[in-house]
Amino acid sequence: MRFDSLIDSVGRTPLVGLPRLSPSPDVRVWAKLEDRNPTGSIKDRPALWMIQQAEKDGLLTPGCTILEPTSGNTGISLAMSAKLKGYRLICVMPENTSEERRQLLRMWGAEIISSPAAGGSNEAVRRAKELAERNPSWVMLYQYGNPANWRSHYESTGPEILEDLPTVTHFVAGLGTTGTLMGVGRFLRERVPGVQIVAAEPRYGELVYGLRNVDEGFIPELYDESVLTTRFSVGSADALRRTRELLTAEGIFAGVSTGAALHAALGVARKAVKAGERADVVFVVADGGWKYLSTGAYEGTLEEAEERLEGQLWA
Amino acid sequence: MAIEVRIPTILRNYTGGAKAVTAEGATLDELISNLESAHPGIKERLVDQGALRRFVNVYLNDEDVRFLGGLGTPVSDGDTVTVLPAVAGG
Repeated sequence: MRFDSLIDSVGRTPLVGLPRLSPSPDVRVWAKLEDRNPTGSIKDRPALWMIQQAEKDGLLTPGCTILEPTSGNTGISLAMSAKLKGYRLICVMPENTSEERRQLLRMWGAEIISSPAAGGSNEAVRRAKELAERNPSWVMLYQYGNPANWRSHYESTGPEILEDLPTVTHFVAGLGTTGTLMGVGRFLRERVPGVQIVAAEPRYGELVYGLRNVDEGFIPELYDESVLTTRFSVGSADALRRTRELLTAEGIFAGVSTGAALHAALGVARKAVKAGERADVVFVVADGGWKYLSTGAYEGTLEEAEERLEGQLWA
Repeated sequence: MAIEVRIPTILRNYTGGAKAVTAEGATLDELISNLESAHPGIKERLVDQGALRRFVNVYLNDEDVRFLGGLGTPVSDGDTVTVLPAVAGG
């Protein structure tokens, strides 16, 4: 495959079967390897789409400053595109995200403003909105509410999956900005009768929720409940266990949020087996494990790894 | 029937600091009413005008009850109900 530049090589990622983890020949589980994007995560798609849309709309012109609240991957994707296109990037990021993400961001020239760990991504969003108000010349692409986010998946991720696997019955992905599920979900629902769209939501350790007030929660503007069939909450222990299983059984080295998606995927696959139905379950490998090595997720016992992950935003 | 209900930190002032309590009921609605009788004030933080509050997520055995039948979701002995505030990702 040949491309004019790195940016042009976003997407068209492999879909690989999991012969060992699939429960039966009639119920197969497939991994969409989004870590094969230029900066190593699925976020290269929405980042590129959001930048291109802002350029089309005349919001972004050379020399502009982009501001974005992000727990990491979106920031890294934006940093690469911004570098190549000549924009300055400022990321607002919770302080309890892995060191690798920070180094990568700085490497591509992004500036980082840290927000308190206690507030998690909610607090990063709040801070970024505040900064945007005080600096009207800055452009906040705002992944949580920018339709170009879900459209990137509607126009690229979704069509790729259907082309590679016309018999797809389930699509499972992590729930963050909700862009992946909204975009792929809408695309598949329009074309595959009865397709199930399943969200795997990370359930962090107590520390992350500690100070959250139930009256001041955050729901991304992009979220439309009607696109989903159902939604599972997956704790760190299950996510870690599945991340390691994916590595030992199938050789796929993925980030911890992928373990959460796999957990939900294997859950719906088991249901299909019980019901005696055939199924082709696609789940998203959102990124590789590289950025999480320092969290200790891959070393020692699961209990030790879970303890080390307590208080971290792993998705 | 005993159903375990996991309480988020922010609501533990209603449960005397307990991380998890048990309650009874045939549906989530009944369960929350039962919870209210033992821990007065908690229901109002979870339910508003007959529906779950917008920023409150409730999971039955890890599945979001909004996709199962909302407050009318049947619950049974041995189930685990988890209450969490809505958070951002990405």
